[in-house]
Amino acid sequence: MEQLMSILIGILVAGSVYLMLARSLMRFLFGLILLSNAANLAIFVSGRMTSGAPPLVPDGLDTPVGVVANALPQALVLTAIVIGFGLFAFALILAVRAYRSLGTLNTDEMRVAEPKEQG
Amino acid sequence: MKSIILIAGSRLLVALLTVFSVYMLLRGHNQPGGGFIGGLVAAVGFVIFAIACGTEDARKALRFRPTDIAAVGLGMALFAGIMAAIWSDAFFTGQWLFINATPEDKGIPLSSVLIFDVGVFLVVLGSVLAIVFALEEEV
Amino acid sequence: MSWYLSLPLILPFVTAIICYLLRERAIGAWISVAGSAVGLVAAVALMALVLDHGVVAGQMGNWPAPFGITLVADLLSAVMVLITAITALAVAIYALSDVDARHGRFGYHALFQILIAGVTGAFLTGDLFNLYVWFEVMLIASFGLLVLNGGKEQIDGGVKYVVLNLVSTIIFLMGIGLLYGQTGTLNFADLAIKVREVENQALLTVIAMMFMVAFGVKAAAFPVFFWLPAAYHTPSFSVSAVFAGLLTKVGVYALMRMFTLVFDHDIGYTHTILLWVACLTMVTGVLGAAAQSDFRKILSFHIISQIGYMILGLAIYTPLALVGAVFYLVHHIIVKANLFLIAGISQRLTGGSDVYKIGGLYKASPFLAVLFLIPAFSLAGFPPLSGFWAKYVIVKASLDEGLWVVAFIALAVGLMTIYSMTKIWAEAFWKPHPDGIEPKLATLPGRAALLVPVIFLAVLTMVIGLMPDPFVEFATRASVQLLDSTAYITAVLGEDAIAAPVPDLDDLPTTEILEVEQ
Repeated sequence: MEQLMSILIGILVAGSVYLMLARSLMRFLFGLILLSNAANLAIFVSGRMTSGAPPLVPDGLDTPVGVVANALPQALVLTAIVIGFGLFAFALILAVRAYRSLGTLNTDEMRVAEPKEQG
Repeated sequence: MKSIILIAGSRLLVALLTVFSVYMLLRGHNQPGGGFIGGLVAAVGFVIFAIACGTEDARKALRFRPTDIAAVGLGMALFAGIMAAIWSDAFFTGQWLFINATPEDKGIPLSSVLIFDVGVFLVVLGSVLAIVFALEEEV
Repeated sequence: MSWYLSLPLILPFVTAIICYLLRERAIGAWISVAGSAVGLVAAVALMALVLDHGVVAGQMGNWPAPFGITLVADLLSAVMVLITAITALAVAIYALSDVDARHGRFGYHALFQILIAGVTGAFLTGDLFNLYVWFEVMLIASFGLLVLNGGKEQIDGGVKYVVLNLVSTIIFLMGIGLLYGQTGTLNFADLAIKVREVENQALLTVIAMMFMVAFGVKAAAFPVFFWLPAAYHTPSFSVSAVFAGLLTKVGVYALMRMFTLVFDHDIGYTHTILLWVACLTMVTGVLGAAAQSDFRKILSFHIISQIGYMILGLAIYTPLALVGAVFYLVHHIIVKANLFLIAGISQRLTGGSDVYKIGGLYKASPFLAVLFLIPAFSLAGFPPLSGFWAKYVIVKASLDEGLWVVAFIALAVGLMTIYSMTKIWAEAFWKPHPDGIEPKLATLPGRAALLVPVIFLAVLTMVIGLMPDPFVEFATRASVQLLDSTAYITAVLGEDAIAAPVPDLDDLPTTEILEVEQ
């Protein structure tokens, strides 16, 4: 299972690099989503895949019973997803604003802050 | 988009989702749920309302500005952490009070963790709505 | 004890909330100043504690390390927190005059305080994942500050800043995942022990390289610095001052922390790469500055070249070199923030930022000219200012190691820095204004709030320069702590952590046992 997931992560990263090399800002952002999903999967896989129960402690006990999944990577991934969501929402709004005020999403044409030298 | 069916349906859904979000909030800590999920569910309620009736009405129904809600929530969460100082524990140590506790039964547990969760609820609700309203009004 | 560590974090958040709720009123700016002042007191208290007790660790919520969230302050962390608080106070005062009510309404002061909280958190955190979280707090606040103006330039610079920083963040996150897979922990102190037990040391080097790239982007090191000169000259001056002073240093700090405490298994490989990166960063930064004519763009490229010196100190990896790196880090924050603040005053007086199109600043105020010369000469490394000692220690460290070429590059870059500074001096200060305007400092509205932080930071530069002994001694103690991780590890994990690296299984929750068994 870990091997399969690793291959999946590899495909995601490859796809995201392809998208990020594009000039369009939107494609770049889509590549960024893929990359962040790949990173989340990588964290998840590195916690080892087990077919265990959810790591919940039953009433009246101090420890969970039987084989339970590793809770830490899940917590990390959840946090990373939430943060990633927030940042991505911001990046999207920024892209919309950039299109409004600069009139383009082609990153080659975004030269307002760093204008080309004359001559 | 103004659709009578959606508007009528959304009234019902918003009420249901808001109540459900409080249920999710309160069952947290020991069971799946908690402030984050609760806040998301509540936000979904208002998002549906905003889609059906427009963001202006949704802002009115919310009464407070979403970012203000988030700021107050952040304050509550911080307060829950700082409360630990009264019992001279480390920052964010959970403080528990069991009302009517007997050896067999824990009674009604009240805790600073719950305050923290309510804070998270408000932060999530406020910030998700702020983003969604901004996007909705931008388009 | 843990409250000393948490207060520098709590205070900016509380200030941010109050500022945000009162953003409609003019008092928000003053609350920001007051909050920063209290934050400075908390930072001083933390510093005193660390000087007294050595490394201090606190477990949030009383969950023991390595399972809970740990805050740690060794001398390096403490001094970074202190210098952050000083910069925050200076910029908050400057913002009284620089930030208008419109930006205040958009939540400038709240975002600024959250930025300070994020920076402080990154310096204090004791585990890798929280470092990621604090990076994000810092990033989201800086994004907000950067595009607050909403002008074309800000949006354009913001896009480049945002996307490149997001990429670095994701690489960082992936590195965290892989490191966790190898060691099963993310606590710095625990990692320092566990990385030695990892069988596949080559894989560890690969992970180390991922962190180097991720932190390199944050620090604006050689091949990945493009976002910095694209963005730093666009926002308001108080924002760019705090960015220039603090944000890149967090990347340098993270590099120093990871590549002394955790990744010291293959110094011959990783630190040689760092050495190359450092030299190239110094040279490209200073050459880039020579080609620019905008006040803030020149300064932005100088940030890059100065980052090179700090990484150089880490790369040489001798006690003396680390002394230089720590000293440089502290000195540079003060000097660079100050130069950006002066750039702001100059813009106000002359109405422009391109040095060829402005002038007459010396005539406007010889006092301001002196205030500019202090940080400018300090940046270039003139004795007896703080930058001289920082450069001196680093160059001496490289000579001690027989790295003649590196020492030569460091000195040559210093010379080139003087070239850029004299360009600003000759064009903006010495020559008359080409449009015939005669700027007057005495009639500038709100000049007290603008000048007080500049004077304060300039005096600090002078003090460090004229009395370097206590500061060098402090940096020496900090670098000893960096090179010998024993104090750090025992402060976090307890006295017997190093003798018995495997934790007692009976004390752990079941999920953790599973993790160890796997």
